[in-house]
Amino acid sequence: MNVSRRIVLHFPPNMTGQPVVCRLVKDFGLTFNIIRASVSPGQEGLLVLELSGERKNYDKGIKYLTETGIEIQSLSQDVVRDEVKCTHCGACITICPTEAFVLEPKTRKVLFDHHRCVVCGLCVKACPPRAMILYF
Amino acid sequence: MAKTITEINEKIRKGRAVVVTAEEVIDIAREKGVRKAAEEIDVVTTGTFSPMCGSGAFLNIGHSKPRIKLGGGKVYLNDVPVYTGIAAVDVFIGATALPDDDPRNKFYPGEFNYGGGYVMQELVSGKDIRLTAAAFGTDCYPRKKLETLINIKDINEAILFNVRNAYQNYNVAVNLSDKVRYTYMGVLKPNLGNANYCSAGQLSPLLNDPYYKTIGVGTRIFLGGGTGYVAWHGTQHSPTALRGDNGVPRQGAGTLAVIGDLKQMKPEWLVGTSMLGYGCTLTVGIGVPIPILSEEIFRYTTVSDAGIMAPIVDYSEAYPQREPDIVAEVSYAELRSGHIKVQGKDVPTSSLSSYPKAVEIASILKQRIEEGEFLLTEPVAPLPGVESGISFKPLKERPIS
Repeated sequence: MNVSRRIVLHFPPNMTGQPVVCRLVKDFGLTFNIIRASVSPGQEGLLVLELSGERKNYDKGIKYLTETGIEIQSLSQDVVRDEVKCTHCGACITICPTEAFVLEPKTRKVLFDHHRCVVCGLCVKACPPRAMILYF
Repeated sequence: MAKTITEINEKIRKGRAVVVTAEEVIDIAREKGVRKAAEEIDVVTTGTFSPMCGSGAFLNIGHSKPRIKLGGGKVYLNDVPVYTGIAAVDVFIGATALPDDDPRNKFYPGEFNYGGGYVMQELVSGKDIRLTAAAFGTDCYPRKKLETLINIKDINEAILFNVRNAYQNYNVAVNLSDKVRYTYMGVLKPNLGNANYCSAGQLSPLLNDPYYKTIGVGTRIFLGGGTGYVAWHGTQHSPTALRGDNGVPRQGAGTLAVIGDLKQMKPEWLVGTSMLGYGCTLTVGIGVPIPILSEEIFRYTTVSDAGIMAPIVDYSEAYPQREPDIVAEVSYAELRSGHIKVQGKDVPTSSLSSYPKAVEIASILKQRIEEGEFLLTEPVAPLPGVESGISFKPLKERPIS
């Protein structure tokens, strides 16, 4: 069985120089999508990943991460759109730093690509009808 | 080919009227030619769905037992203050009213998550609303306090009356400064980070009848999902605004004051809206039918986004300081492409007016006319046109003494 989870990794300062994610791929056959990253050598780092793979490999990967001293949090935050409230005005389009909102050329409806969303939350307050909701 | 409204209404009653939206008409005119299309088409429907702060509603609450004189007192609906300076149990709720305890911009930028616009939407959706009132008491209206739930279905009248809606064209807002600006035109990122515009463009009512040849006082319209009427020209109506060769204003020009029965309206077409750091308002859906009485009137309805220009204005300095400076001019076709070039920079664009909803409104209106439910009206008086010389005046401040 495959699993796909969004996780937040907090790297202690001494770990930021190590190729941790690379080992998740090589040793455990997992795939990843970096959602957000802030890693500077010698400083505490933060990495938000969508990690996918076979269930038992996923669990092994998480065990490995825990043993390295990295603190793992599941990403419980999520931005979703209330489809009833959205008026498709488009005010969000230029606010979003990752271009998660795209205009469908023919209908001019605003499409929300959830996979591009990095849960920064900028759209939540900039949305005039308050259709974007941040879940914790 | 001249037709009359009476003739068009006759066709509507028989289910034979040819109705198209202001979007559809563009291609039809291109394919068939203006003359032929003008003969065939009877009505062109327009639409717009946009935040419109000049919106509000008069409510007659009904008389409590014993009676209370709300007029001149203090009244709140869901903690939002309403205007009471009229008759005993009439109040006016404005779209931008905020609860007294809203922090405004004390925590900058303020969120303005609730206000008059939201109360109006909840009222229209049939939700109970909390009314709290304090009055001074008179011999004939002895009561001084009232706390009750009210519902739109129980109160006597609920009349939407918007003093300024459906702006004929509007500014495109940018920010030339180096910090974020929170405006009624949305969040403007620094250094030309984005450009926000707010018009339905080729679908917008007054852009399809630029000289107000058919839209006038008494014109029956789609308003907030129900039926309404043009009551007057709107505040700040400025017919003498700069116009292009096609007659279309190149800046904000005409406006409409509209009226209608709130009880027939629908919450999906009157939407409470919040502008970060600016305030609360109401997004209003309006659709106006344009009777094709002549080839000239028809030609105006064929305007497309490429033929409508708007001024780009800096909302960090020029707008707040009321300077007339315009950064550049741009067409709605360019704005809708998603990017415009301003001062050599590629600037992404966003709209505050919903084009898909404007299409939906024009289509609903088209359907109502085709099905014979919606007849056109002859205006009882025209809106002031270019010849009136009326323009939008700034305030000249004068010392009080």
